[in-house]
Amino acid sequence: MERMLNIALPKGRLGDKVYKMFEAAGFPCPEILETNRKLTFENPEAGVRYFWVKPSDVPVYVERGAADIGVAGKDILMEYQPDVYELLDLKTGKCRMISAAPDGYRDDPQRTLRVATKYAGIARRYYASTGREIDIIHLNGSIEIAPILGLSDVIVDITETGTTLRENDLRIIDTLAEISARLIANRSAFRFRQEMIERVMKGLSAQAEVET
Amino acid sequence: MKFDASVLSNTERILFALRALYMASGYEKYTMSRFEEYDLYSRNKDFLVSDNVITFTDTNGMLMALKPDVTLSIIRNSRDEADRLRKLCYDESVYRVSKKTGSFKEIMQTGLECIGRIDTECLAEVISLAAESLGMLSNAYVLELSDMDIPLALLDDMTDSEDVRRRIIKCAGERNLHGIAEICAQENIPEERSLPLKRLLSVYGRADKVLPELEKLCAGDKLRSRLERMKMIICGLKDPGVRSRTEIDFSLIGDVSYYNGIVFRGFIDGIPDRVLSGGQYDRLMEKMGRRSNAVGFAVYLDELERIALPDELL
Repeated sequence: MERMLNIALPKGRLGDKVYKMFEAAGFPCPEILETNRKLTFENPEAGVRYFWVKPSDVPVYVERGAADIGVAGKDILMEYQPDVYELLDLKTGKCRMISAAPDGYRDDPQRTLRVATKYAGIARRYYASTGREIDIIHLNGSIEIAPILGLSDVIVDITETGTTLRENDLRIIDTLAEISARLIANRSAFRFRQEMIERVMKGLSAQAEVET
Repeated sequence: MKFDASVLSNTERILFALRALYMASGYEKYTMSRFEEYDLYSRNKDFLVSDNVITFTDTNGMLMALKPDVTLSIIRNSRDEADRLRKLCYDESVYRVSKKTGSFKEIMQTGLECIGRIDTECLAEVISLAAESLGMLSNAYVLELSDMDIPLALLDDMTDSEDVRRRIIKCAGERNLHGIAEICAQENIPEERSLPLKRLLSVYGRADKVLPELEKLCAGDKLRSRLERMKMIICGLKDPGVRSRTEIDFSLIGDVSYYNGIVFRGFIDGIPDRVLSGGQYDRLMEKMGRRSNAVGFAVYLDELERIALPDELL
């Protein structure tokens, strides 16, 4: 019998939502919903084994083959650029990657732009494409506070509704990318578990249509 | 003194087995110096898997590099004879930054190169040997085969902007069809012009299964003749086991400034990364001022450290 398909899901709200999509697509695993300390959850009948990992670790598991497929936000994929297949836009977990600055901020192109962000790679590539010299301030959270305290001029971050930005008197300058959850696959696993991965893709694709 | 084969490490076993395979097929063993002038690599940085190179200054003041790659040295040191065919194989250490660890690593690499007049028969032989190399290591292997000129020709009908082409090629390599749709929407490329490429990328798998479908997709003389050549190469794969493990997949597109035409990549079940990659690199030959053509492949032995070897190699 073919071995089970290993699926890495991102811990948290997005992961819960995405698991529901897998379930509705015909790959349920009831024990995943039980509250316990287990880390992996199997359903041999459906041929799947799920595990929860930190969202930014999903591409690592998939790229190195510990997971055959996984779900990661486009922001994580843009930042780490893993060598994987990006098979499907799941059209859930939608938000935008933006740059923002305090209301009334005026850019002085003569000075190095100080950018606070969790996404150093994305920010570096974006400003390189505009030819702007920048200083990256790498933070791990509460990015919005950086320009308020004068730590940075602008921020590069994701926003869903823009509420946090507005409440902190920040204004969006530019949209860098539209973000949503993506189904990714290991290149080697795709070759050897093609049929199963295609079945998952087909099921999830129908669910993604429901999302829209 | 006779020696006991049990002293060999896995890597050495693979290396000797592959060397024996290539030499028995008429490939001449090529040995090169561990150092090469840095200039060779700095001019062809994009060709290298990683652009970091270990350099040092030689006693004569010349900036030298520890070889990050074998192909460039072979081209430089071989004569430019477009009417003959030179068949070479090698096994050498190369020094590269590992993408996974971010630091320099010495990597054993083995492979072969054909330089000179490359015809369909020669391409079929190289692809057969690539597949046989994988077959020696595992029964569960797949050789991915593409003619990158086919997706590139379809791309020509979509855009002539270099930047847009580069972005679409990246998406194609990731099988990211929604990404292609997004780029087309941004760049006002009508959907009907992106459909042929998206269809081409959606048809992949065993050659005998997908060729009829691909024939329908490849309209026009140019594409048809490319597909015809691909068919001839596949017919030229004599071993039915090799043919059944060869899968056509046009999402495989090599770097357009170096590669052209046939490109391929080998996977073994259980190993997350490709263990073999190769193709025609006439563009690189042109860049290095050569008239002759070339095709070759490399087997990445560092990916094979953890493989359970079949009995024949033990």
